[in-house]
Amino acid sequence: MDLAQAWALSPLVTLRPEPFGALAYHFGNRRLVFLRRPELVTVVRGLAAAADVRGALAAAGVAERHWPAYAGALARLATAGLIQRREGHAHGEPGHDEGDERP
Amino acid sequence: MNEVERTSGPLAGSLVEQFEYGLDAPICLTWELTYACNLSCAHCLSSSGRRDPRELTTAQCEGVIDELQRMQVFYVNVGGGEPTIRPDFWHLLDYAVGHSVGVKFSTNGVRITPERARFLASTDYVDVQVSLDGATPEVNDQVRGAGSFRTAVTALENLAEAGFTDTKISVVMTRTNIPQLDDFQALADRYGATLRLTRLRPSGRGADVWDELHPLPNQQRQLYDWLREHGERVLTGDSFFHLAGFGESLPGLNLCGAGRVVCLIDPVGDVYACPFAIHETFRAGNLLTDGGFAAVWRTSPLFADLRSPQTGGACTKCSHFDACRGGCMAAKFFTGLPLDGPDPECVQGYGETALAGERTVPSPSQDHSRRTPTRNQPVLLQLSRREEQPWSPAAPPVSACAEHPLAGFTPTA
Repeated sequence: MDLAQAWALSPLVTLRPEPFGALAYHFGNRRLVFLRRPELVTVVRGLAAAADVRGALAAAGVAERHWPAYAGALARLATAGLIQRREGHAHGEPGHDEGDERP
Repeated sequence: MNEVERTSGPLAGSLVEQFEYGLDAPICLTWELTYACNLSCAHCLSSSGRRDPRELTTAQCEGVIDELQRMQVFYVNVGGGEPTIRPDFWHLLDYAVGHSVGVKFSTNGVRITPERARFLASTDYVDVQVSLDGATPEVNDQVRGAGSFRTAVTALENLAEAGFTDTKISVVMTRTNIPQLDDFQALADRYGATLRLTRLRPSGRGADVWDELHPLPNQQRQLYDWLREHGERVLTGDSFFHLAGFGESLPGLNLCGAGRVVCLIDPVGDVYACPFAIHETFRAGNLLTDGGFAAVWRTSPLFADLRSPQTGGACTKCSHFDACRGGCMAAKFFTGLPLDGPDPECVQGYGETALAGERTVPSPSQDHSRRTPTRNQPVLLQLSRREEQPWSPAAPPVSACAEHPLAGFTPTA
């Protein structure tokens, strides 16, 4: 997961708050995934409004040393189709074709 | 592939622990819409057959769906009886999907006409499970009744023809169909379907046939090995977690979800801890008389009790307890075993010992079976010739009706 990319929750996904975090259900591929921390739920909910993943992590108050772990969790959510790349960019930067990203 | 996936990795914390304390709403909710059924399967969990006159009306069902939407229950497993023979079934299906409650419904296929199949193919958020308990008519119809294999296969053909993708074929694993595992997979492949294998429970009429039909110990191993090899492609509803005692866990949650993540709404609005526990002992309340489904789910004393972790009992001392969690509550209850002891099919063999001991099988608290036999009713007992004996009686037996002490005696002198 490239932290400089812009992502958002899939419109087919519903998040249901639970004591441990949230349950995410994808009505398209029928996948049910557990978000095991309230902070991760905040990050996921904040993706759409943030310029990039880094922005969402910062806005959720996740300490920088935990970012790699969160990037891993977000990558798994991406694989399950729960979050998806967002077209356009809040900063008006160029598009997001593969290979066009900062390292 | 399994029905509940877990995130893993650095965001630790035991989900199993969380689940043991219960969730704000069930993940896996089964709703049986009617006790009416065109079949009389020998192992029916809900002893279905006749409609109950108290069954929820269309408006009451819509009210339940509204409440499920508010609770964010993502989908509901609709069953019965045969749900599709409720005249408002298709309306309720539409209503649920229109209210963000996905529907997975189980059917024996009787109403899946080409026209209905085309309608289903045009919907999102609807999954169809066609029940089939044998990969051949002989094995299936013995349990589900004459002609039921043909009905199910016709439904599968209609769905495939209409372009409905990823139909589920729902199979209850029994002594007679475990040898057909590969045949079931071939059948599923033929229709572009996914297999869903679940465990035979001694619930409902299943109590009457469990002794004859439940898998033998070597078949449990065969099933476990097959699931280990093919588990990625099949659904199991987490029903085989008692097999985790063999070693490696199968995919899924591996705990009893009754009242924690699972529950059942029956046709009259009674809420039970799980679909396999339709008995007054596991009745948490009624959604019409106890303030709605959410109130029952959140405040029922029975569910509060089920959500407290098991601390005592014979199983907690077993080294395999962390794997199998003591097995299935319903299987223990309906075979008259203590709920904190071993599952009757405990793979370590403790179940057989327990079954051999003193126990009282509970009597059913409801029965909607038809009172008179139906044309296609399965008959598990078969007439057969007595095997040839190594010895021959001196004379053929006299009729059992011949009560005279000298019956058959022919004086020769």
